[in-house]
Amino acid sequence: MSSEGEKKPGSTGGEGWEPNIVAFCCNWCSYAGADLAGVSRFQYPPNIKVIRVMCSGRVEPQFVLRALELGADGVLITGCHIGDCHYLSGNEKAEVRMKMTADLLEMLGIGRDRMRLEWISASEGEKFAETMREFTERIRELGPNPLTNGGEDSG
Amino acid sequence: MTEKVGAVLVIGGGPAGIQASLDLAEMGLKVYLLDERTTIGGNMARLDKTFPTNDCSMCILSPKLVAAGRHPNIQLIMNAEVKGITGEPGNFKVRMKRYATYVDETKCTGCGVCAEHCPIEGVNEFDMDLAPKRAIYIPFPQAVPLVFAIDPGLCIGCGECKQFCKADAIVYDYESEVESDLSVGAVLLAPGYDLVDPKVKTEYGYGKFPNVVSNLDFERILSASGPTAGHVIRPSDGDVPKRIAFIQCVGSRDAQTGNTYCSSYCCMAALKQAVIAKEHTEDLEAHIYFMDIRAFGKQFEEYVTRAEEEYGVHLHRNNRIANLVEDSNGDLILRYHEEAEIFEEKFDLVILSAGARPPREAKSLAKALGIKLNKFGFCETDGFTPLDSSAPGIFVCGAFSAPKDIPDSVAQASGAAGKIAGLLGEVKNTLVQPKEYPAEIDVSGQEPRIGVFVCHCGINIGGVVDVPAVMEYAKTLPGVAYAEQNLYTCSQDTQEKIKEVIEELKLNRVIVASCTPRTHEPLFRNTVREAGLNQYLFEMANIRDQCSWVHMKEPVKATEKAKTLVRMAVAKARLLEPLPVSKVQVEPSALVLGGGIAGMSAAIAIANGGYNVHIVEKSDRFGGHLNTIYHTLTGLDPQEVLEETRKEIEEDEKITVHLNSTLEQLSGYLGNFESKLSDGSTVKHGIIVVATGGLEYEPKEYMYGEDEMIIPQTELGRRLAKGEFDAKNVAVIQCVGSRNEEYPNCSRICCFTAMANALRIKKEHPETSVYVLYRDIRTFGFAEEYYNEAARAGVLFVRWDPESPPVVTKENGQIVIRVTEQFIEDEIVIKPDLVVLNAGVRANPDNEELAKMLKVPRTEEGYFLEAHMKLRPVDFATDGIFLCGLAHSPRLIWESIAMANAAAARAMTVLSKGEVESEGATSVVDADKCRGCGDCEEACEFGAARLVEVEPGVMKSQINEILCKGCGTCVATCCNRAITLRHFRSEQIMQMIQAALDLEGKT
Ligand code: FES
Repeated sequence: MSSEGEKKPGSTGGEGWEPNIVAFCCNWCSYAGADLAGVSRFQYPPNIKVIRVMCSGRVEPQFVLRALELGADGVLITGCHIGDCHYLSGNEKAEVRMKMTADLLEMLGIGRDRMRLEWISASEGEKFAETMREFTERIRELGPNPLTNGGEDSG
Repeated sequence: MTEKVGAVLVIGGGPAGIQASLDLAEMGLKVYLLDERTTIGGNMARLDKTFPTNDCSMCILSPKLVAAGRHPNIQLIMNAEVKGITGEPGNFKVRMKRYATYVDETKCTGCGVCAEHCPIEGVNEFDMDLAPKRAIYIPFPQAVPLVFAIDPGLCIGCGECKQFCKADAIVYDYESEVESDLSVGAVLLAPGYDLVDPKVKTEYGYGKFPNVVSNLDFERILSASGPTAGHVIRPSDGDVPKRIAFIQCVGSRDAQTGNTYCSSYCCMAALKQAVIAKEHTEDLEAHIYFMDIRAFGKQFEEYVTRAEEEYGVHLHRNNRIANLVEDSNGDLILRYHEEAEIFEEKFDLVILSAGARPPREAKSLAKALGIKLNKFGFCETDGFTPLDSSAPGIFVCGAFSAPKDIPDSVAQASGAAGKIAGLLGEVKNTLVQPKEYPAEIDVSGQEPRIGVFVCHCGINIGGVVDVPAVMEYAKTLPGVAYAEQNLYTCSQDTQEKIKEVIEELKLNRVIVASCTPRTHEPLFRNTVREAGLNQYLFEMANIRDQCSWVHMKEPVKATEKAKTLVRMAVAKARLLEPLPVSKVQVEPSALVLGGGIAGMSAAIAIANGGYNVHIVEKSDRFGGHLNTIYHTLTGLDPQEVLEETRKEIEEDEKITVHLNSTLEQLSGYLGNFESKLSDGSTVKHGIIVVATGGLEYEPKEYMYGEDEMIIPQTELGRRLAKGEFDAKNVAVIQCVGSRNEEYPNCSRICCFTAMANALRIKKEHPETSVYVLYRDIRTFGFAEEYYNEAARAGVLFVRWDPESPPVVTKENGQIVIRVTEQFIEDEIVIKPDLVVLNAGVRANPDNEELAKMLKVPRTEEGYFLEAHMKLRPVDFATDGIFLCGLAHSPRLIWESIAMANAAAARAMTVLSKGEVESEGATSVVDADKCRGCGDCEEACEFGAARLVEVEPGVMKSQINEILCKGCGTCVATCCNRAITLRHFRSEQIMQMIQAALDLEGKT
């Protein structure tokens, strides 16, 4: 993992560092899943801030890049399961697009692991919470975004 | 014949009465919603949470209260009762009497200063007498109408309130009661139920032992806005209980009180209360003592499993608690039988799951309106017409006809509205005006002036997040002109407040930081519209579902996150812009998929409402599953009903029949669907009703298919009907293919079928022995009577445990069943000459394909998933598509019929409007930037994006805003950034990203 390789001592955040994560949730399934996690009181870390979009297909690569550039340590994109997209195939397009974005992140030395695409349905409150826990942990392992800590811009 | 009147009187303002009123009002009928109380909401307003989703009751009810309170076609008549009726269906005169509240409802602002100064304190019935109220009061903070009332029993006439009332709303010299007449075309009864007074069960010491409370008392104790502010404490000493017990069937299934019926909801309510109590106090131990656990609704069984396995709630089956005594600490010692021994257990708090009894006004209502009550005092209805009272033109819904839970009540409410639409369809829109909004204020060129309303949501948010701090923080953000905090931002008084503030401070953007936009955005959008703002100048921050509820143990971090979420909302709000909506004509016809009893009933109801219907049935005849059913528990002949219904379908000119046909292709949207059917026809329609039914499970267990002595229950029914039954020793096995790992839920109907068959055998072949091998008997409601009757008739009930199910073998040509009976804990051997498998229900496998075509969700078991389990049982989240019958979940025949009427009513709320508004949040193309590459056309699934030759040789994309669904996929696809999705513009999202990451909070 290139980003791990680049991690400098001290940039693991030291004391008080908390991963900062932006999540894009589609309105119909994954945002509803997030609400269900709430209604069911499934607990997860508060590091993630959700931005609601109508469909995962709305998420542009530039959103991900911009978030990382501004210091996000991780970006999560969630949508309906393949086949369940409220708009039929928005999530399929998101999948293609996000794969490209991940490659780009890898090339830039930020590391593809800082971004994740996950399908979460309206009835998967527990999965939503679990994804939040897991992804936060993963980002914690990866340490702070290299861009914000003087990490090199290119691999 | 006298002329029909386009108005309806709805009696009772609980969730059923409210739903019916909203549906009727939306269909263009004038509604008078009358209640004996001073507010609407009924018993649901008292509940803390609701099963099986654990949704906060007030959270889901409050928007409905507000909607009913503000609907221009609904007039609330509070503190009133009906006295008599004359006339005929279509044109009644109803005599009513209103009791004075001594407050002028047109003047009262609900500010509450009067109550602050009232020196008199009494008990608040709304809080089950556990909290005080003043002599001038509102029963609960979210009250609708938000009008204070004087309790004449408490008021001493001191004049304090009058002196302090700035609005001059208090009028002591009102006449104490005034009679008047209402002119209506129909009456709908929805007075709900009252709780059995647990005091009548003296052995449980209610009213004597302070730590014995009723289930409704406990709801109030659990409620954040209740007498203990949501702290679970026991009444005697305020201690936090560590061990609590629920006693089920208090005043239900009980010969002593004469209430031999089952109250239907108490099992699930107790489970829910146990789960919620454990959420309040982690190390709490909760025990439930019951006879049968009756979790027969959609996904209820999974809830039971979760309560038991995940929350560790202790379930004690087969238990009727003999009595309980109090010790010197106020603890309670419960005596019960288990495994033939007597045990004693000590608890800190005991909750009595009191059943339902008829509402107190039942007798006077019956007398005034001339309707019949059944022997228990509930409204009498006939088997297959559960929505008709005994008097024509007077309909019934909800718990008044039989105890039932909220979704079933709400479905009945819409169903009754559908029937009324059939009666009064031709006079709709004669007495009402369409809703008018004030002209939109032009905010173009104005600097953002944002108002932020931060909600405590009782303690749902405020208990974790420091709401005042969030409010103060909001004030510091650029563009924010105003911020305030509310106990409940969704309450009606706050809506008024929001409108006032918008006007006063000339706000041009509004943010509510509370719960989820998925449920509450429409309410607040409507509020800003009423204040003259375009509805898209509103934004929400979800600081409850995605903050306080999921970070319950980290209040400091949750507060920080809430601030960030508000900052993000403000960042977006600064860039919000008013969006125009366009209107679309509604094709005034319906497509009904499925020709079973549900589909047929829905089709007839819609046709009766005056609209054309196309009904599509896959097979060559109507009736579906009902074709295989020959008798029911109540003795009615389903084949007769089926025949009549079929005839109606065939004779109705408004109904076009498509047999041997399926839906092949669907295009369009709410109001303007177009379907291609496999019979070659193309149909245009405004709405869709999904009624594709279910199937009988084909057993894999109990040697099914290996021996002709082993048959499914439908075959037994057929043999009985055709006189082919001759067995001497019948064993009926219940829960075949239900409540197991593969299919976790209950099939709801099999216990009824078992009783119907067993009773028929006993009647026609008294010499035949019948064994019913069961896990729980779930004859809910009045069907409990038939269970008792079967036991009296000599049917032998053998209870087995899922750990050791019956074993069927064949030994020397004889079928042998071995089963361990739970009561006696011993193996029983039965040698039947007929084994009947009561096979459960399965979702229609066609649902999978159909769900894709309709773009609607399904449950794991393959049933369709409605928009909301509690309050929107027949709606899909997608507008214009509705569901009923077994497509939703297993249900009884009469329940399917009621639900079909409900789907029809909901459909008619769309059809009757004539036009629908398009979404404003659609995509637009910047023609200057568009290079005409066509990527968007390819990406758009809805045919909304099209390349058009604008001048010779120049192709540009154009997006049809009626077809555009606003997903934004085209935006992300466009390489040239020529497309903008309104309301989710890239700049708006970029600003939100920046705000999310701006840890110093400078933006
Ligand atoms: S709507 Fe959820 S991914 Fe498209």
